[in-house]
Amino acid sequence: MTALLEEIARRWPEMAPELWLGTLDTVYMVVWSALFAVLGGLPLGVLLVTTDRGGLTPAPVLRAVLSGIVNVGRSLPFIVLMVAVLSLTRLLTGTTLGPTAAIVPLSIGAIPFFARLVETAVREVDRGVVEAAHAMGAGKPTIVAKVLLPEALPGLVAGLVMTLVTLVSYSAMAGAIGGGGLGDIAIREGYQRFDDLYLWATVVLLVVVVQAAQSLGDLVIRRISHR
Amino acid sequence: MIEAVGLHKVYRLKGRQVRALDGVDLRVEQGEVYGVVGQSGAGKSTLLRCVNLLERPTLGTVTVDGTELTALRGPRLRAARRRIGMVHQHFALLSSRTVAGNVAFPLEVAGTDRAERRRRVGELLELVGLSDKARAYPAQLSGGQKQRVGIARALASNPSVLLSDEATSALDPATTESILDLLRGLNRELGLTILLITHEMDVIKRVCDSAAILTDGTVRESGRVIDLIGRPGSLLARSLFPLPAVDHPDAVHLTYTRSYDEPLMSELTRRYDVDVNVLGGAIEEVSGHAVGRLAVRVSGARRADALAWLDGKGLLVEAAR
Ligand SMILES: Nc1ncnc2c1ncn2[C@@H]1O[C@H](COP(=O)(O)OP(=O)(O)OP(=O)(O)O)[C@@H](O)[C@H]1O
Ligand SMILES: [Mg+2]
Repeated sequence: MTALLEEIARRWPEMAPELWLGTLDTVYMVVWSALFAVLGGLPLGVLLVTTDRGGLTPAPVLRAVLSGIVNVGRSLPFIVLMVAVLSLTRLLTGTTLGPTAAIVPLSIGAIPFFARLVETAVREVDRGVVEAAHAMGAGKPTIVAKVLLPEALPGLVAGLVMTLVTLVSYSAMAGAIGGGGLGDIAIREGYQRFDDLYLWATVVLLVVVVQAAQSLGDLVIRRISHR
Repeated sequence: MIEAVGLHKVYRLKGRQVRALDGVDLRVEQGEVYGVVGQSGAGKSTLLRCVNLLERPTLGTVTVDGTELTALRGPRLRAARRRIGMVHQHFALLSSRTVAGNVAFPLEVAGTDRAERRRRVGELLELVGLSDKARAYPAQLSGGQKQRVGIARALASNPSVLLSDEATSALDPATTESILDLLRGLNRELGLTILLITHEMDVIKRVCDSAAILTDGTVRESGRVIDLIGRPGSLLARSLFPLPAVDHPDAVHLTYTRSYDEPLMSELTRRYDVDVNVLGGAIEEVSGHAVGRLAVRVSGARRADALAWLDGKGLLVEAAR
């Protein structure tokens, strides 16, 4: 035990900067990908509900198409998706290496994931409230903006947290093919150089990042939920 | 005023047709409280939802305050709906908004500016007695308070007509009474026309001027409650004042169709030397009249004369079977 602590103390100055940068890279990838996941997944998830039978704007064909696309995105293993979109990644970022390049597959993976969670949250909104809004003469955009989204907000935030957590693990996978971040460190230093200390340090840091996202999310949900 | 003419509503469910409304005519006069009763599945909710076109009738027209709603679509229909308030059985409040926010919602929809919204919300909460709850969330309110918020919200856009689908069905008797008092008060003070649906006969007795009975999508009976009570064989009268089953040749059902100052029964026994035995029934105040139905046994040599005298007094005398 003391031997381990001594080793940590001895090597810390050398490890700290790399681990810190790795953490920042992970957070950078996750945050940007989450942003794109929201930009793409939120409208997609809402559409999956409103185009359904009995929804605001029923459109069975459109819904079947959207649902199909989402299912394809959801069923691809992330590691396969990452390889599959390499040329798109190069087109958008000019490279296939590094955290910025990793944002492309991460976003593409997270959009359908978040869309399904949005769909579930929006579907939970009380139909009676939607009907009441109709009775008050509210139009469809108003109902989406002022009824569906605010009423679903706690569920949406929970979905976002789940997406963030999943993105942390995806980002570690991205590290395996040169995406940067904590996963990259774990593979390079921990696995390829058999350096257990690096391996465990990245594990601890990943857990810390996930915990931080979850706790912050729970706090926000508690603040905004009035059920 | 609400007028529905020849309403039909057919739902198609997996190739099967459900005739929820099968030729309903309804006329609700300006300023009256009109109750619709009927068994579960009779089409009451469908009828109400057809009035503000939440459900478009398959056939027939709906006119509210001179505007034919069935002729409108899109933005013009939405604008017309703002003149019709609606109260829901399960309140249908936005859980993410405070009481004040819920009441302000229809005003936001109508594009009312912020200052005016604040003023109006204050006024409405005062009206329903919830000024102290403005910043509470629906989850923190009792059922009765939630329904008051629902009523305030329904009144926000100054409607001339209020629709209510079982507004008191989720409430206990005391709370039901306070909500009914509130509705009756709004009807009297604001001249609000109210069309309500209920399965509680008590609601009809307590607040309705007129009523209709709906059976299998058609109106079985309709008219002013006090008139229906006086109509021989009336289904509404029988539902309002149910009588115990009696199987006795001397038994009759008496319907009091108006208030009487004189003691009818004691005069009856004195005049005709008959015995009168009350088997069941009730006399209650409806629309300001003490009316009701009794099952009584009248026996004695001059029984026929006695019954004829009651008939002459304006009571409805019917054989008990
Ligand atoms: N959206 C719908 N699709 C198909 N059938 C429907 C729909 N809404 C109502 N119905 C049918 O129409 C009939 C009338 O229903 P409605 O809800 O109007 O009855 P109700 O008198 O309000 O009953 P309750 O007292 O139980 O509320 C029922 O047979 C019902 O199954
Ligand atoms: Mg109903």
